[in-house]
Amino acid sequence: MPEKRIESFDVKRLEILDEEGSVDKTLMPALSGEEIKSIYEMMLLSRAFDERALSLQREGRLGTYASIRGQEAAQVASAFAAEKSDWIFPSFRETGVQIALGYPIYMLFQYWSGDERGMKCPDGLNVFPICVPVGTHLPHAVGAAIAMKIRKEKKAAIAYFGDGATSKGDFHEAFNLAGVFSAPAVFICQNNQYAISVPLSRQTASSTLAQKAIAYGFTGLQVDGNDVFAVYKAAREAMEKAKQGGGPSFIECFTYRLADHTTADDSTRYRPVEEVEKWRGRDPVKRLRLYMEKEGLFSEEFQRHLEEKVQKTIEEAFRKMEEIGHPPLSGMFAYTFKKPSPMEAQQMKEFLSDGGG
Amino acid sequence: MAAVNMVKALNMALHQEMEKDPSVVVMGEDVGVDGGVFRVTEGLLEKFGAERTIDTPLSETGIIGAAIGMAAYGLLPVAEIQFMGFIYGAFDQIANHASRLRSRSRGRFTCPLVIRTPYGAGIKALEIHSESTEAFFAHIPGLKVAVPSGPYTAKGLLRSAIHDPDPVIFLEPTRLYRMIREEVPEEQYAIPLGRARKAREGKAITLVAWGSMLQRTMKAADGFDADVIDLMSLSPWDAEMVLGSVRKTGRAVIVQEAPKTCGFASEIAATIAEDAIAYLRGPVLRVAAYDVVLPFSKLEDYYMPGIERIKNKIEEAMRY
Repeated sequence: MPEKRIESFDVKRLEILDEEGSVDKTLMPALSGEEIKSIYEMMLLSRAFDERALSLQREGRLGTYASIRGQEAAQVASAFAAEKSDWIFPSFRETGVQIALGYPIYMLFQYWSGDERGMKCPDGLNVFPICVPVGTHLPHAVGAAIAMKIRKEKKAAIAYFGDGATSKGDFHEAFNLAGVFSAPAVFICQNNQYAISVPLSRQTASSTLAQKAIAYGFTGLQVDGNDVFAVYKAAREAMEKAKQGGGPSFIECFTYRLADHTTADDSTRYRPVEEVEKWRGRDPVKRLRLYMEKEGLFSEEFQRHLEEKVQKTIEEAFRKMEEIGHPPLSGMFAYTFKKPSPMEAQQMKEFLSDGGG
Repeated sequence: MAAVNMVKALNMALHQEMEKDPSVVVMGEDVGVDGGVFRVTEGLLEKFGAERTIDTPLSETGIIGAAIGMAAYGLLPVAEIQFMGFIYGAFDQIANHASRLRSRSRGRFTCPLVIRTPYGAGIKALEIHSESTEAFFAHIPGLKVAVPSGPYTAKGLLRSAIHDPDPVIFLEPTRLYRMIREEVPEEQYAIPLGRARKAREGKAITLVAWGSMLQRTMKAADGFDADVIDLMSLSPWDAEMVLGSVRKTGRAVIVQEAPKTCGFASEIAATIAEDAIAYLRGPVLRVAAYDVVLPFSKLEDYYMPGIERIKNKIEEAMRY
């Protein structure tokens, strides 16, 4: 008996916007000029938050912070494709996603300053709190997606994670469950090529991350993660497919972390400066600006106006966080259970009578 | 009212909860077509369909992780882990997520999840099928732990666990699944979490046990004027009842199936020492399994506290 080919697969990569700001018009997603300007504004806002957070951390006014610099397109454009009714499950490096979804910026400052109140997602948005352990939130997204399917609601559960997460068992179990139950889940990997110091080549021997989805029975697509249009198009199509009952999708946004892993890291220990410089040249914000210039969506005045606007937004948000101030001491006890256990109630009484000492 | 075993009592509870509340969803390995390896979920698939009786892949992290997402979304998932010894792969989900979601999101997202799992030795099973590590879970703030000791408590506690707004680990003593029959009301009833019950009233000594050890403790108590407390919940636990009893009797023996060191009995003993030491006539004593790796089936009966071991400790306590 001859051997037969019983399956064959291919892995695609989507690129629309090149580094000179030109687009492949045949692939261009349906975005109005205003929408494109709005994406650009959110990228600037995310970057401004990032810069402010880094400087506040240096001043000791925020705790450890994970910069998103270089990943603004992958984050903002994918989140821009989501609807308010969708559920979002972020990792700890998703500021651009949160900002693009309209998550209150003062609450992000609260979170990074060490105040849980920043993770109380406002009503009307369904953004899960930041997940610090890597990849462990992926099964939550699948569970929410299964629940959407059981309830016959046309929504998607969208999980964000990095390349490091793809090495975890949680990734496997979540992807497997999503495939088996054809859950309306969209997995968006920010492949920024490093998990702290460990490069992608030490996370996987696969030539792409996208191809991992194939083994779970659904589509994996690599996109140029610094290309807003490719990211948006892939995310939008995956979300629509999920809502139409087409099951899960995996999008690998191939991008690069321009900053250190966090403020507690020094990336010069593990990657060459030339590599960082090369990727700095592929800046997603600059690339979109070049496109907008070509299309007449950009002017110096527009840029000045936006810069002033985002700075003002960031300053107001930070001021608001400071005005709200320190969380109440009793906040430590209020959320263990809906109703405190007798032990917790007793301990709270002791704590408060000690003056919180 | 009929006399039924614990499997039947749990099965009745699940049927009734699913019938009354469309948010209740059962999920796990072999829970559907097979009705569960112990048949606790028998008939649910036929009655409620595959969307609410979900046969999952062999995937502990996936089961509990997905159940967290489902619970946060608004369902009331009852996830089964086939044996307690298999739960550790999902410990991350339990300790880092299920128990913390309410706090982390300041109450915006909650996790009304039940994780049912058979626990305990004495069924001649393969390795890793007989663990009794309830203390791991009772040590996690934000997580509740309930342990029925028979059919009646099983049905009532499961109802409370399913409707509790927070995650509950529900430990079912495997050895007792079909061993005891009790009168169990057909209608729904709830036994509150966090409360113990007096299995027997007495004045001379307080005996505290839960789950698989309750029956043996009751038998060992024969001939003593013992106040026997069935703890039923380990987190939160009914310290008030235990302390009240010790203040009355002046003696306490705590019986656990788990290894001695850092077991839940230690927490009870410490609480008695803190809050009722002036009432004690002698030391608080623990009966526990040894601090050894749980032996394979040929030696497991020697490992677990048996009636004689419990009786000897009671006699020791009575000498004071």
